[in-house]
Amino acid sequence: MPVTLNLPSVLAAHAGGARTIQATGRTLGEAVADVAARYPALAPRLRDKDGKPYPFVNFYLNDEDVRFRGGFAAPVEDGDEVTVIPAIAGG
Amino acid sequence: MTLTPSTIAAVPLTARPLRCRNCGADHAAAPVAVCEQCLGPLDPVYEPDRALPDRTTIARRAPSLWRYREWLPFDGDPVWSRDTGFTPLVEAPALARRLGVARAWVKNDTVCHPSLSFKDRVVAAGINAAAALGLDTIGCASTGNLANAVAAHAARAGLKAWIFIPEELEAGKVIGTSIYGPRLVRVRGTYDDVNRLCAQVADRFGWGMVNVNLRGYYGEGSKTVAYEIAEQLGWRVPTAVVAPMAGGSLLSKLRKGFGEFLEARLVDGRPPRLYGAQASGCAPIVRLVERGGDAIEPEVPRTICRSLAIGNPADGVYAARAMRETGGWAAAVSDAELVAGIRLLAEEVGVFAETAGGVTAAAALALARSGRLGPDDEVVLCITGHGLKTLEAVQGAVAEAPVVAPRLREVAALVEQ
Repeated sequence: MPVTLNLPSVLAAHAGGARTIQATGRTLGEAVADVAARYPALAPRLRDKDGKPYPFVNFYLNDEDVRFRGGFAAPVEDGDEVTVIPAIAGG
Repeated sequence: MTLTPSTIAAVPLTARPLRCRNCGADHAAAPVAVCEQCLGPLDPVYEPDRALPDRTTIARRAPSLWRYREWLPFDGDPVWSRDTGFTPLVEAPALARRLGVARAWVKNDTVCHPSLSFKDRVVAAGINAAAALGLDTIGCASTGNLANAVAAHAARAGLKAWIFIPEELEAGKVIGTSIYGPRLVRVRGTYDDVNRLCAQVADRFGWGMVNVNLRGYYGEGSKTVAYEIAEQLGWRVPTAVVAPMAGGSLLSKLRKGFGEFLEARLVDGRPPRLYGAQASGCAPIVRLVERGGDAIEPEVPRTICRSLAIGNPADGVYAARAMRETGGWAAAVSDAELVAGIRLLAEEVGVFAETAGGVTAAAALALARSGRLGPDDEVVLCITGHGLKTLEAVQGAVAEAPVVAPRLREVAALVEQ
């Protein structure tokens, strides 16, 4: 069972309307690269040209901010859920 | 001029269009906060050639934040919350002596109407964005003050409200929200968990979450702090402003607000140096300023200052830029220092502030000690929420009052002690 990537509407619009995408990889970075290869319009919105995360696009691995888990280097397992959320200020 | 809220707009209210701060892409007015091209933040776009009022015209208007309406992201007349803003600017000579500066003032948003914090300003903007965009439900992710404000403004407007807060908040913040009758939801987790959830809630249900999908409009309300300071100082700017930082939005909006008044030639001189304050148990923006660079390193908050406990502040990078580029800096203070800061404001200024105010006062003292504030400075402290909301923080720090029988000699005994 692969990893599930949940997209907000603003990104789903660049993935043919898909709100969830199945991805494979040993790390989050590999799973994102897998999605980027299959959805070219989504690719530049998920990561920069060097394959690194943007500071204003947050990834959550099973509800935890991946920056606490090593960022794109965080290992992922079958069945994990990854949620992508643009940074939004609050308080 | 009447201050009574009116629901009859003389000119129908519409929201200004939006533009991406990162890539410049234009977007029609909508309850959307991120650019569909690059996911950057969206800001409202103002008509550059619009007629701007002069000092006399502004001074004749009703004492609310709408006296600066040409700089707020709407056309037409506001529908709701027409009486928010224009809080006192309190001169504080004792504080100036403690800081070693020429003059000091407190911008006293502890008495902001109706919910006793500066969040009334941003909600006044946010709820009118909801009105302009035809939304009947508003909401927010909040550390407390915003929850109070959204609940109060929604109640008065007759709108439905869904409010999400971390499970562990001060009683004043929770009860001070529930009393207005919104749907209040306590989330197991930190504010950052609540904020993430609300991004998904806004996306799913389409409500007007003021600090999520209405954020571009909501944030502009913060600029009115700068306008009021300038007008209340006699149409001039201070040399330095110290403000608390949670998400970091206030710092960048202060910069924008002072900049707009300078550009409009309503005031002269240099923009003030901006200083940001956080509790050391949650200081990702202070650490970014000290470290340099352009990326926040998120933290897990550990402080009694829950109103500033945002470990992943999305406006942090912009706040850090505002501080660096105006010649300011940032300071973090311990929980003990922030309690002392609350007492200092109460005892020497007569203003009872919540924990964020204690952080701001203590940070101002730290900045003065490190030489960042000097004897020629005219400093304004932005005190953003009322102390009655966070009584827990000072409960053990104040003297217990003696109890006496209703007899004069018992009072006399106290006087002689």
